[in-house]
Amino acid sequence: MTTITEVKPPTSGGGSKARASTRGERAVEPLIFEKSVPGQRAVDLPPLDVPQAELPDELLGAPVELPEVGQHDVMVHYTHLSNRNFSVDGNFYPLGSCTMKHNPRINEWAAALPGFASLHPLQDDTQIQGALRLLYEVRCFLEEISGLDEVSLQPAAGAHGEYTALKIIRAYFKDHGQPQRHLVLAPDNAHGTNPASCAMCGCDVVQVKTVHGHTDLDDLRRIINEHGADNVAAFMITNPNTAGLFDSKIAEAADIMHDAGAKLYLDGANMNAILGKTRPGDFGADIMHFNTHKTFSTPHGCGGPGAGPIAVRNELAPYLPIPQVVMADDGSFSLDRDRPKTIGKVRSFVGQFGVLVRCWAYISACGPEGLRNIAEKSVLSANYLAVRLRRVYEMPFFDPEHGRFCAHEFVTVPKRLLDKGVSLNDIAKRMIDYDVHPPTMHWPVHDCLMVEPTETESKRTLDRFVAVMLQIAQEIENDPASLAQAPTDAVISRADEVAAARNPQLVWDR
Amino acid sequence: MDYTQITSEQQAAMLDAIGVEDIDDLFSALPEQIRFGELLDLPPARSELELQRELADMAAHNHGPHDMVCFMGGGAYDHFYPVLIDQLISRGEFLTAYTPYQAEASQGSLQAFFEFQTQIARLTALDIANASMYEGATAVAEAVLMAVNSSGKRRVLAASTLNPDYLAVLRTYLDELPLELIELPAVEGRVTADAVRRQMDDDTAAVVVQSPNIWGLIEDWNGCFGAAHEKDKTAAIAVFNPMACALLKKPGECGADIAAGEGQPLGVPLSFGGPYIGLFAATKDFVRRMPGRLIGRTIDADGRPAYCLTLQTREQHIRGAKATSNICTNQGLLALRATMYMTVLGKEGLRETAQQCYHKAHYLAGRIAELDGYGMKFDGPFFNEFCVTCPKDVTEIIEAAKRRRILAGIAPHGRRMGRIGEPNDLLIAVTEKRTKHEMDALVDVLQEVGE
Repeated sequence: MTTITEVKPPTSGGGSKARASTRGERAVEPLIFEKSVPGQRAVDLPPLDVPQAELPDELLGAPVELPEVGQHDVMVHYTHLSNRNFSVDGNFYPLGSCTMKHNPRINEWAAALPGFASLHPLQDDTQIQGALRLLYEVRCFLEEISGLDEVSLQPAAGAHGEYTALKIIRAYFKDHGQPQRHLVLAPDNAHGTNPASCAMCGCDVVQVKTVHGHTDLDDLRRIINEHGADNVAAFMITNPNTAGLFDSKIAEAADIMHDAGAKLYLDGANMNAILGKTRPGDFGADIMHFNTHKTFSTPHGCGGPGAGPIAVRNELAPYLPIPQVVMADDGSFSLDRDRPKTIGKVRSFVGQFGVLVRCWAYISACGPEGLRNIAEKSVLSANYLAVRLRRVYEMPFFDPEHGRFCAHEFVTVPKRLLDKGVSLNDIAKRMIDYDVHPPTMHWPVHDCLMVEPTETESKRTLDRFVAVMLQIAQEIENDPASLAQAPTDAVISRADEVAAARNPQLVWDR
Repeated sequence: MDYTQITSEQQAAMLDAIGVEDIDDLFSALPEQIRFGELLDLPPARSELELQRELADMAAHNHGPHDMVCFMGGGAYDHFYPVLIDQLISRGEFLTAYTPYQAEASQGSLQAFFEFQTQIARLTALDIANASMYEGATAVAEAVLMAVNSSGKRRVLAASTLNPDYLAVLRTYLDELPLELIELPAVEGRVTADAVRRQMDDDTAAVVVQSPNIWGLIEDWNGCFGAAHEKDKTAAIAVFNPMACALLKKPGECGADIAAGEGQPLGVPLSFGGPYIGLFAATKDFVRRMPGRLIGRTIDADGRPAYCLTLQTREQHIRGAKATSNICTNQGLLALRATMYMTVLGKEGLRETAQQCYHKAHYLAGRIAELDGYGMKFDGPFFNEFCVTCPKDVTEIIEAAKRRRILAGIAPHGRRMGRIGEPNDLLIAVTEKRTKHEMDALVDVLQEVGE
C-alpha cells in the first residue's frame, strides 16, 4: 500500500479570485419557496371517507404559505442541498471534541424497524417488552462502561445530561440538609455548556485555572478554601480534558472534592479515548453524562439528535428522573415512576429512544474488546497525526519526548504560520478546498485548531490529511495573501457572517 | 466488528513514527491504579447478521401502530408520511454532518434550516423561528425561561390543561430558580381569560396556554393572551400542535408573543417518544434572546446568497453562564425531516391533512356519543382529539380493544398521564390515517364492552 505524501492543490490553483465565477449556477440554489408553483403537489391523500363536520369560522385560520412543488422537484431540491454539505460519509471531518466517527448503517436499519419506529410512547408496558428490554440493556451497558451504579436514559443531549446531573446533585444536597451548596467549579477550558447548564440550575460557577492544559489542583484547593467547602456542590471536569490530555491527577481531584463533601462530575464528551481503559467510577467520578452521538456512533444529523444518558453512584440514584426502565424478578420489564425523591421529568416521555436503539446496536457490534480497541485506535490516530504535523503546526500540550502524549485529539496553535499574516480562519477555509472539514477552532485556547481524527479513519486518510496540512503550510510560505480568498473550490466563497449578525434575516419574507 | 480500519502492521508503523513500542505507552498518563485491567463485562461482539436477527427479534416482541390500529395521542400522533421523506433524510450528506459551524462546507443543511425556520414562522404566524429544540416539553420550558429573562419578572402562569409531561418538565426547570409557577384552573376542560386576569400582576412574566390542550379542546388563546397583555411586558406563550395550525387559528393570529410546541406530527415517527423535535417561534423582539441555533441569510464574498449560523453570541460556546440557554446539539435531522414533510405535503396537502383529522375525529366522536352509556366529557370545540366518558373503568375497555388489535386511546387517569380526569375517561386521537372502517370497528368494541 502506498503512503500519500503529497496532494495536488485544487485544479485551478490557490486562491485566484477568478475561480469563483467557475462555480457558475452551482453557487446558488434557489429556495424551495422560489420554486413554488400554485396548485402543485408532491403527494395526495385518499378521499375523505366520512361526512364533513361543521367548522366554525371563528376557529378557522388562514392557509399556511408552504411551498407548492411537484414530487420530482422536491427530490431534486433536497438532493442538490445534500450535495452542498460536507459529511463524515464524504469527507474527513476531524472536528475536535465532536467525535465524528463512522456511522454504521445497521444502526439506522435497526431504529427504522417498524416494531421500534412505530411504537407510541404511552403504550402499556406489556405490549412493548422488546423495546423495554433494549432500553434496559443499554442501561446495563452504560453502567458497566462508566463503572457507576445506575443510568438514566432520559436526557436528550449532552448539555441536557449536564443539566439533569446538576439537578440531581442539587437535590441530593437539599435532601441531606445542605442546600447552600450552590457553587460548581469548572476548569477555565471547560465546554461552554458546563457553565450554561449550571446557570440554568441556579448554581454559580467558579473557574479553576489550568496549567499546560491541566487543572491546577492547588487552585482547586484554594478556591474551595476561599469559598468554603460547605458551599461547593461539585467540580465538573472532562477526562481526557478539553486540551486533549489524560488527567493523571483525576483521582486526586476526586479526593479533594470528596474531602470537601462535594461531588466529582465527569463530562463524558471524551469517553471515546478511555472506553475499557479506565472507568469514571474507578477514578472517583460520582456522576457523569455520555454523548451517544460522540462515543457510540449515533449520527450527528446536521446537529442532532443526540442523547445524553447520565450515570450515578448509588447515593445519587434516588434522584434520577422518572420514568426508569427496570427488570422484575420474572424477567419482565417495566417503566418505574415510583421514585419519591426524583427530580421529576426533564423531557416528555421516555427519552431519545431511536438514538438509544442505535447505541445498543453499536455497543453490541463492538463488544468489550472492540470498545477497548476503539479507545486505542483513536488515541493512536491522534498521536500519529500530532507527531507528523508538529514540526510545522506547533502544539502547546504535546511533547512525546517527555512522555506527554495526547489522548484522542490534539490542539495546535500554528503561531509561525499565523505570523506570516494569515488568520486561523484562512487556514480553516483553505482546508475546505482540500475536501477536509475544518477542525474545531479557537477552543479551548485562542487561535487553535483542535483535531480529532477518531478510530474509524484509515491510515490512508490520516496520511492524506498530513499532506493537506503540509501543503497549506507551503502555500502560506509562498503566498500568504492568497489564503484570504479561500475557499475557492467550495460551492460558495466565504460567507459574510458579520453582515448576517448585524442585520439578521432569519426567514424568507417574499 | 468495531469499524476500525488500521491493521496491526499499520499500527506498528504508526507507533514507530510516534517513537513508542506499545500502544499502552500512549496511555502512560493514566496511573496504574485507575487503569481498567480486565475486559468490560459486556456481551461479546456480534456480526451484523447476528445483530439483525437479535434486533428483529426484539422488535417482534413489540406491538403497536405497525400491527394495530392507533387512536392514541396525548402529545404524539400516528400521522402518515410519504416514503420520500425516509429516502431523502437517509442521505449520508445530511445524516452524518454535524452542526454547520463552517458555512462554506454546510450550505445544504444551512439552507434547509433557513427554509425550516421560514416554514415554522409561517405556521405559527410569528416573525422568527429557531432551528429546533429537543422536543415539546423542553421547548415550552425554554420559552418560559426566555420570557422570564427578557422581562425580569418572576411569576409564571401556566394552564393546568397543558400536557402533564410539559407541566412536569416546567416544574423541574423552574424549581431551582427564584420563580413562582402558578397553575391556572380549568372550567369545563379549558382555562378562561378571567382565570388569567385573576392571577395577573406586575410581576407576571408569562402566561402559557396550550391549544388544543391535553383534552384536545381548543382554548381561548385570544381571550387569555388579551388578559396577559393588560400588563406591560408579560409574554403570551402559545403551546401549539403544528397540524392544528394548518387549519385553525395560529398563535400569532391570536396574540401570542412566543410559540413552542412538539413537532412530531410533522413527519416524525412515533418511535416510542423520541427523537422528536421542539418547535420554537417568537416575535422579532426576542431575536437576541432566543435559545438554540439560528440560521441567517447573508452573502458570500462574491455577493451571492449564502447561509450561516448567526447571533452566536447568545450561545453557550461564546457566552458560557450568561448564554440564553445551555442547548448545543439540538434536533437537526428532525428539523430536516419536518421541513421535508412540510414541503412534500405543501400548502394544500398539509391543510387537507388537518381537515381530514378534524372531520374524522368529529365523525368518531359523533358516533361514540350516540352509544348508550358513552358521552363527550366536555362540550368545547376540539381538533383531532377528544375525551369520552365510558360506562365502566376504561382499562377494561382498552384491554378489550387490544384483543381486536385496536389501541383505543389513553386513560387520562393513568399514572403516565399524572392521574388527571376520572377512571372512566378515555382520550381518543384520530389522524388522517384512520379509515371509516377502523373507526366503526372501535365503535363496535365500545358498544360491546359498554353493554
